[in-house]
Amino acid sequence: MLVEALALSALLFTIGVIGVLTRRNAIMIFMCVELMLNAVNLSFVALSKLYGAAGQVFVVFTMTVAAAEAAVGLAIIIAIFRHQRTVNLQNINLLKG
Amino acid sequence: MQPNQFHSLAYSFGFYFFGLIALASAVAFVTRKNTVAAAMWLVNVMFALAALYVMLDAQFIATMQVLVYTGAIMVVFLFVIMLLNLGHPSELADARGKWGYVLALFVGLALLAEVMALNRSSTIDKMIPPDLAAKAAAAAATPVAGGIIGPVAAPLFKEYLLAFELTSVLLLAAIVGSVVLGKRRTDAR
Repeated sequence: MLVEALALSALLFTIGVIGVLTRRNAIMIFMCVELMLNAVNLSFVALSKLYGAAGQVFVVFTMTVAAAEAAVGLAIIIAIFRHQRTVNLQNINLLKG
Repeated sequence: MQPNQFHSLAYSFGFYFFGLIALASAVAFVTRKNTVAAAMWLVNVMFALAALYVMLDAQFIATMQVLVYTGAIMVVFLFVIMLLNLGHPSELADARGKWGYVLALFVGLALLAEVMALNRSSTIDKMIPPDLAAKAAAAAATPVAGGIIGPVAAPLFKEYLLAFELTSVLLLAAIVGSVVLGKRRTDAR
């Protein structure tokens, strides 16, 4: 089942990448990043079945980082929304130059 | 793990079943225009992944997946979506042109081919030190006290203790940062 799990992980990661590239809603892009993190976690867990429990420890760390990232990122999105009244990344181009 | 359990028909069926649920939900998630519906599909992906973690003998991680990801992170996402009133399908949700989609599909397929090439078992065997698998097999043969959580907790609090402690600093910084970013400025002149 290792090969299937790694293939599923690759497919989920690719779906997340395609979502990041095609969507313009900041929250949707954020959720696609969460999907990519989940795909990597699946790889960690699948490989930990063969190569020891250290992979599961790394999944714990990844989840912590994902939680912190979600909290800070959503706070940033709320702050941007207060200024711009939108979360559409096409309209948030202050740094475009 | 017992090899017969690993290869039994029911095990394979369950694995493919939950894998297909995860894959279909991910596709549905990424194609929804409505942000709330997309978040619900993402919750479905995470539940299916939790089932796969149980099948891969990572019961503790599966519990954390349900508690932290679907229970905490996605609730925060839905909270923000509803707070900002983004639930209605916005006409600008997919503003990329046709070439944007083609380019994204091309990049995605290239990435998929790359990861699939890396995932071949011969490549994995080359990347991972050969003594690691033997060490893991030996560790699996000698049962660790503490049932399911013991094998995860032992390296977490021995080898990776420093990283674990640094994680608490990261969480503190995230709490302070999100409060500072999220609070309304009241001292504006």
